[in-house]
Amino acid sequence: MRRIALAVAFLVAPLAVAACGGDGDAEAGGGDADLTVYSGRQEGLVGPLFERFERETGLTVEVRYGESAELAATIAEEGENSPAEVLFAQDPGSLGAVELEGLLAPLPQNVLERVPARFRDPDGYWVGTSGRVRVLAYNTDALADDEVPDSVFELAKPVWKGRIGFPPTNASFQAFVTAMRLSEGDERTREWLEAIRANDPKLYENNIQTVEAIAAGEIDLGLVNHYYLYLVKAERPGAPVANHFLSGRDPGALVSVAGVGIVAGAAGNEGAIRFVEFLLSDEGQRFYAEEAEEAEYPLVRGVEPREGLPPLERLGGPRIELDELGPELERTLELLSELGFTS
Amino acid sequence: MIAAATARFRAGRPAGRPSPALVGGALAVSALVALPLVYLVVRVFGGGGEGLTVLARARTGELVAETALLVGAVTAAAVLVAVPLAWLVTRTDIPGRRAWAVAAALPLVVPSYVAALALLAAFGPTGLLQRLLEAPFGVERVPELYGLGGAVLALTIATYPYVFLLTAVALREIDPALEETARGLGRSSLAAFARVTLPLARPSIGAGALLAALYTLSDFGAVSLMQADSLTRAIFLQYRSLFDRTPAAGLALVLVALTAVVLTLELRARGGGGYARLGAGTARAAAPVRLGRWQWPALAFCGAVVALALGAPLAVLGYWFSRAASLDALVDASRAALNSVLASGSAAALAVVAAIPVGFLAARHPAWWSRLLERLAYGANALPGIVIALSLVFFAARYASPVYQTLLLLVFAYVVRFFPQAVAASHAALLAVSPRLDEAARGLGRGPRHAFASVTAPLVAPGLLAGAALVFLSAMKELPATLLLRPIGFDTLATEVWTATTVGSYSQAAVPALLLVALSAPLVYLLIARGKAELSSTGS
Repeated sequence: MRRIALAVAFLVAPLAVAACGGDGDAEAGGGDADLTVYSGRQEGLVGPLFERFERETGLTVEVRYGESAELAATIAEEGENSPAEVLFAQDPGSLGAVELEGLLAPLPQNVLERVPARFRDPDGYWVGTSGRVRVLAYNTDALADDEVPDSVFELAKPVWKGRIGFPPTNASFQAFVTAMRLSEGDERTREWLEAIRANDPKLYENNIQTVEAIAAGEIDLGLVNHYYLYLVKAERPGAPVANHFLSGRDPGALVSVAGVGIVAGAAGNEGAIRFVEFLLSDEGQRFYAEEAEEAEYPLVRGVEPREGLPPLERLGGPRIELDELGPELERTLELLSELGFTS
Repeated sequence: MIAAATARFRAGRPAGRPSPALVGGALAVSALVALPLVYLVVRVFGGGGEGLTVLARARTGELVAETALLVGAVTAAAVLVAVPLAWLVTRTDIPGRRAWAVAAALPLVVPSYVAALALLAAFGPTGLLQRLLEAPFGVERVPELYGLGGAVLALTIATYPYVFLLTAVALREIDPALEETARGLGRSSLAAFARVTLPLARPSIGAGALLAALYTLSDFGAVSLMQADSLTRAIFLQYRSLFDRTPAAGLALVLVALTAVVLTLELRARGGGGYARLGAGTARAAAPVRLGRWQWPALAFCGAVVALALGAPLAVLGYWFSRAASLDALVDASRAALNSVLASGSAAALAVVAAIPVGFLAARHPAWWSRLLERLAYGANALPGIVIALSLVFFAARYASPVYQTLLLLVFAYVVRFFPQAVAASHAALLAVSPRLDEAARGLGRGPRHAFASVTAPLVAPGLLAGAALVFLSAMKELPATLLLRPIGFDTLATEVWTATTVGSYSQAAVPALLLVALSAPLVYLLIARGKAELSSTGS
């Protein structure tokens, strides 16, 4: 019986610890901090921003990290009882979903105006905090920069058969397809997707996996956001991957944003407003240009992006508004599913 | 035939009616773990039945067919791998059988997305195998791993340990005298095993297969990395892309219906019979079957399974680790490890305590309603973690805000998610103990609770512990519910792995993932590798 007793001890010991209040800190929940933020942006990327905000304001912040969409759904389920005061999200879609539930508070005008109109909610419920650009990432052993197409439409040619890949279930890929539908029309988008399908693309779960596959030579070229390159390079500096920025009004050059909104229950909360102001301050914006591993674009005028990145104004992208993307998403998903790209 | 001559009986009811306390306890437990089902009904029908429109879509039918195919293939493969393995490590003289036993059970703690990543690294289009074959043999492309095949492989690896653990525990507890008698009557060893021992182990194999099927129904990590379709993946994608909880809930109800089918099939397969023995059985360990020259294929089989299920993920983790090992990561991970053990251990203990009334009632008072209660406990288990998490968010934020986002709620979420593992183990263990023993104790003047504690409990302890271990190991790697329900700042090993892999820093993921395996190994060892001395003293 000794071993059984040992096994029991192994399983029961934690209960004893819990009963003795060994988890006192952990049980604190959202009650003690000055500000509670739900962050769909990863700790490894934005953790330093929170630390700096705490240092500068003396306010304490508690951050619940998770996937943006799931945190949005959580706020919706929590309803009026949400402990969240701020939602810091990876994409406009998550913010728009919470806005649609009536669970975001309008942001002050002076905060909104820090950012060009195309990067914020026209109704003023959320604002972009950093920009990301759709690019063609390519394997530098397989292709030279001038061999990479300047338009996604060229990828429909048979020469790319078996050489391209993308993550069809990823929100930013879906936003790109939606942007193509809005700027080029449904018919042309469907033709493009059918041609792409005929080229036997490799489908991946997410952007990181896609860029890793490019680095591994599994595919020559992938449709992703620009900053995943830097994440993969941080892990393996010698990885043979580079970004190719698309030109003009090509839908493949869509610029989207990560953004922030204040949860309805925290309307008028001083700390929440200060946090949003901090994210859009010159200092908060310079973080992306100077420090952040992933080198996103600052959105506030006058703060330059990381050296080597083409300026945001030069990247046209399709003529669409970011808030048009959400309502059109369902049609895009139907199209992708119908063509067999997603379930 | 011989089985029939032993203490086999129609699962008969013991004298007397179940005590109100027992029924009340089972009812309360079943109601609590079925909360996610209530939530789904609220979501689907509260929205004016809009969620039901998913039922009309042709795509939903295809998804059901694809999911059924996936579940069928994985469950069959898991049983085919696990039962021979369990027999080899419990009943034969295979060299190093304890080590094999532990190694074969350990993949239980490898998160399925790590296993899938490892498979891709090894057998993917630019994986190790491809590179090995390309140079000398000019093989251009190894067979495609993405898709259904890859998902079946990854999920078989993730789920066979459930069948293996429960079957191994059962095989060790079954009295070897029965099989020896059969051999004495002229049956070959294999025939004796197949005709006598296997039927006796059937409830445990069935319970393990059920857990494998339920795991497959609820898995997201492996199917998404392998780009295979399933209902759970579709549900996740609904949440992630459309932010619309109603169609996701509709699909989840379809998943519940599919689960009901699986549960019914398992009940049928289990059959109406039961078996029990009067003594603790196994007054001694079974004399091991001599493998002779079959030893080599047997070793090759064990080696192949362990290499694929444990070796490949560990090799991948080791490679990540070697890229950038840092001491900071170890410090962070050890704090997370404490949290993981705390939450998972509490969940394991609580789940087993909660499983006793439900399992006891179903085993001892078989009737449609006690079975229904037991099956209800399984009902929520095949749901994706995100659905369970959101359902508890819904209830706790509204009606139990003091516990919302506390450790207590997280532990409760683990119990809800993994309750069937505790029930499966306790139910199978209770079936193997004759109610006559209990009755005898009561006849001698013990009260029902006292009789249970002094007679039945020691006999079912190994089964209950196996259940606790399953819950513990599953909770250690749980992610979706942990992310949404943990107290803020309460990092676990699973969330640390997630934090790192989502930004592509696999080297940072290696430390917590390796720690996850290292921490779970001793528990697996204690459960699976009990020695001969131990066997002879169990329950005496």
